[in-house]
Order: sequence, then C-alpha cells, then structure tokens
Amino acid sequence: MDIDVSAIFQIAGIGIIIAMIHTLLKQMGKEEVAHWVTVIGFVVVLFMVVRLLNDLFQEIKTIFLFQ
Amino acid sequence: MEIIQIVGLGLIATVLILVVREQKPMFAFLLAAFTGLFIFLYIIGRIDTVISMLEQLAEQTGIPSIYLKTILKIIGIAYIAEFGAQIVRDAGQEGVASKIEFAGKVLILVMAVPIIHVIVETVLGLMPPGG
Repeated sequence: MDIDVSAIFQIAGIGIIIAMIHTLLKQMGKEEVAHWVTVIGFVVVLFMVVRLLNDLFQEIKTIFLFQ
Repeated sequence: MEIIQIVGLGLIATVLILVVREQKPMFAFLLAAFTGLFIFLYIIGRIDTVISMLEQLAEQTGIPSIYLKTILKIIGIAYIAEFGAQIVRDAGQEGVASKIEFAGKVLILVMAVPIIHVIVETVLGLMPPGG
C-alpha cells in the first residue's frame, strides 16, 4: 500500500494551515484570494481522497467481483 | 494486535477532525472520509483468507461456482453501498444515504434473481406432476 497513516495527518495539517491562511488573508482584506486558497486546498485534499477511494474500489472489485 | 493500531488511528483521526471542523467543516468531512477509506482498505485485504477458504469448501462440496460468485458479488455490493452511505450520512445528507442503501438493496435483489429462479425450479421439480 503506497498510502500510509501520515496522509491523515497531512490532510489535517492542510486543513489547519488553509484555515490560518484564510483568516490572515481575510484580515488583510483580500477575501477573493482567501476563497481561492480554500478552494485549491480543498481540491488537493479531494485528489488524495479520490485516489484512495479508487484503490479501495479496485481492491473490492478484485476480491469480491472477480474482474 | 492490529485492532489496537486501528482504534488508535480512529481516535487520533477523530481528534483531528474535531479540531479541523472548528475552522473548515469541508476538510473535516474529507478527513473523515479518508480515515474511513484507510481503515477499510487496511482490513479488506484480510478477508482474502476467508474467501479462499469458502472457495475451497465450495469446490469440495461440488457447489457450482456461479452461486459462490453471486454471493461474493452480493457481499461486495453490500460493503460498497454501506460504506458510501455511511460517508454521505456523516456529511449530514440523510436522504442521499438512504437512496444509496436503496440502490444497494435493489442491486442485491437483481443479483439474487438467478438463485431464486433455481430454487423455484427445484421446488417445482420436487412436486408430483399434476398436483
């Protein structure tokens, strides 16, 4: 398995840091940039989750569905 | 003692989710989904031994392999549907989760149709003709 437990901490870290950046940018009055940062962070994490989801579905297919 | 690792992982992930949820609920949801996926993926490999044992038993008793395959497919559908429904329910979308479960039930029923067919045919074959 190429994904290990540290990915969970990575996601949590990304979430906290994005929240910090968001707050900072909001304080500086750059709401637009703050929202884009949030969206980009979300997409990055979404990619990680989707890759793992793909792994899981492949595994279930090979074990249960014989494909 | 893998269960200790998994429980520890779940506890740590829960704390992290609670921390992140304060700031960004979206990330908390993704983190929960990721944790669930990780545990599932970690444990799904263990089921291999059970399935090989079942296959061996089916081979010894001469059960046609199509039945075992159907049953395993049904189990797979059940796992996938349950998993998806739980993640969606975590996000608070009770309605969508119910629909996923409903779809899983219907698909399982469709999968079971050949088996039901065979059972009915067997019962009909046992009946005396003209009865």
